[in-house]
Amino acid sequence: MSEVMVNSLRQGPDEAGKFGIFGGRFVAETLMPLILDLEKAYRAAQKDPEFLSEMDDLRTHFAGRPSPLYFAERMTKELGGAKIYFKREDLNHTGSHKLNNCLGQILLAKRMGKTRIIAETGAGQHGVATATVCARFGLPCTVFMGATDVERQMPNVLRMKMLGAEVRPVTAGAGTLKDAMNEALRDWVTNVDTTYYLIGTAAGPHPYPEMVRDFQRVIGEEIRAQIMEEEGRLPDALVACIGGGSNAIGTFYDFLDEPGVQIFGAEAGGHGLDTETGHAASMTGGRPGVLHGNRTYLLQDKDGQIIEGHSISAGLDYPGVGPEHAFLRDSKRVNYVPVTDNEALDAFMACTKFEGIIPALESAHGLAHVMKLAPEMDKDKIIVLCLSGRGDKDVESVGKHLGMAL
Amino acid sequence: MLFLFSVVGVDSQGLNVLYPGPEPMKGSILMQATRIDRKFEQTRAENRAAFVSFVMAGDPDEATADAILAGLPAAGADVIELGMPFSDPMADGVAIQLAGQRALAAGMTLEKTLAMVARFRKQDDQTPIVLMGYYNPIYIYGVERFVEEAVNVGVDGLIVVDLPAEEDAELCLPALKAGLNFIRLTTPTTDNHRLETVLNNTSGFVYYVSMTGITGAEIKNRAAVGEAVQRIKSHTQLPVAVGFGIKTPEDAALIGKYADGVVVGSALVSAVETSLIEGKASANTASDVHKLVEALSQGAKRARS
Repeated sequence: MSEVMVNSLRQGPDEAGKFGIFGGRFVAETLMPLILDLEKAYRAAQKDPEFLSEMDDLRTHFAGRPSPLYFAERMTKELGGAKIYFKREDLNHTGSHKLNNCLGQILLAKRMGKTRIIAETGAGQHGVATATVCARFGLPCTVFMGATDVERQMPNVLRMKMLGAEVRPVTAGAGTLKDAMNEALRDWVTNVDTTYYLIGTAAGPHPYPEMVRDFQRVIGEEIRAQIMEEEGRLPDALVACIGGGSNAIGTFYDFLDEPGVQIFGAEAGGHGLDTETGHAASMTGGRPGVLHGNRTYLLQDKDGQIIEGHSISAGLDYPGVGPEHAFLRDSKRVNYVPVTDNEALDAFMACTKFEGIIPALESAHGLAHVMKLAPEMDKDKIIVLCLSGRGDKDVESVGKHLGMAL
Repeated sequence: MLFLFSVVGVDSQGLNVLYPGPEPMKGSILMQATRIDRKFEQTRAENRAAFVSFVMAGDPDEATADAILAGLPAAGADVIELGMPFSDPMADGVAIQLAGQRALAAGMTLEKTLAMVARFRKQDDQTPIVLMGYYNPIYIYGVERFVEEAVNVGVDGLIVVDLPAEEDAELCLPALKAGLNFIRLTTPTTDNHRLETVLNNTSGFVYYVSMTGITGAEIKNRAAVGEAVQRIKSHTQLPVAVGFGIKTPEDAALIGKYADGVVVGSALVSAVETSLIEGKASANTASDVHKLVEALSQGAKRARS
């Protein structure tokens, strides 16, 4: 882990929970005392050796960390440029990076004496990870999921139910992640005494963006150690997909002060940025606004009404993004690029055929950008992609898109 | 000088402060009593609770919303909260969510909401209007422009659900500076310590949310609401209005015993909804809302008789 320097990009958030102008605590008064308590509990936990050792133990024995750093030999050869490595978060227990955050937050919820957990989910990866830690720690769990997403991510819905969670389909709006988050917030306001809201991405009111980042930064810290071991040097480029941006901030954070490492975030370009309401690229196609507790880049119309995002990937079709990404965008440290549905589908199939790894559609967005970058780079360059999750949940919908018959 | 108390908060030392910011406050802010202050003065003198009615701007369409708004004072509304529709109303139950969606579908915008107030003011210069909603549409409109135009068209106060005291620099301070009241929500989770933070920079009245929940839900414990109002009153001279979950004249009568104001919203926008024929306003839409306001306001007004 590198040290934080003066002029570091790793000093946020400030005391008000801001990363530059982004972030903050834009919530109803009912929730304010709770998020102030949460911040206190988190600060205390960060310094508590017992909390840290419990986290370590769970990461090692329950999640199976560290996740491998894998050299994608055939894709490297096929693309003919930079060496490509995958950080295999798909091999993390529950099949994605989401568990890293859930382990931290469930321990916090227990410390705070909360007796019920709620969560929102898009693709269902965070819902499954939340249901998993709730099963592990014996807490009742309700997961809010857009009705559209319930349809397109059925395997994950079944997993959540088997793990004992109640899955509440949300029919408001387009029935996707944004609507699930609204409904989770409404539940939280109603049951604030007993309930802990386990937010799945590095967004929402302070301290969530910071906390989720801290629970995910293990990804980048492991990458650093593993690539040093493998190559004896840092990578030239890092790539991760961005919905809310939790796997991305976890991947990037340890490298923000390494000027030699180029950093790319792949947003959901959907049908293309020129199609209004046809994408979910909040940073390349949106502008700053306030939603779900924070100021960040948002898809919105000229009157400040939020627009539903579209992506083939249910995990990326959120109209916002974590506030630290908004800050990193404006400070130009990270390059955020849109990747279309079709590019992601191509990458999904390429990864499956050349590497024998079926990636999540979300992660395939990152890979699609790697497939653009690698051929432009020399063979002695190194790219690390965060392969944030596995694609079992997507095989049915990808099969349909590609017209595969049984 | 009640007016003084109405625009200033009381800090922990019991001193009157407008806000603790570095700039000294302008005398003109202090002296200006708003329509809200005057209305609560009046209802206090009459020893009754004020009836505060919430309707959504542009619901179900602009013309019908105009007619609803215009008839509210005669139907018994002492104060009007006018909802600024937003795509993602996180603190609202289904009734108000749907009202906002109807308004947006009919083309409502923040600019048109302000124009609606301007039209109302041409025929009524007494009834206070409080705009209520969420921050993003205001942020996108531009805070400075919004505050200036709100004052110009005759808006008296603002309630912005997702702007807690921690974010006062965003809108609260500019609004106070321009002479608008900034009305804050206090909730069952606001303990005494927190209450000081919340009351600081609050003006016009204090809006007590009767429960931890969303608009239109059930009040679980009515006795606790009375205790909470007393607790808030021991910290401030401002009138305390109670809202969330008040649906019938009986509810209004009960809450009006100890609260300075009784707020009804979901029931009114539900009346709009049930009056619609194939999703469009019917001949009865405005009058149905007004009849309900009459009944509810009678409840609030007879509370102490």
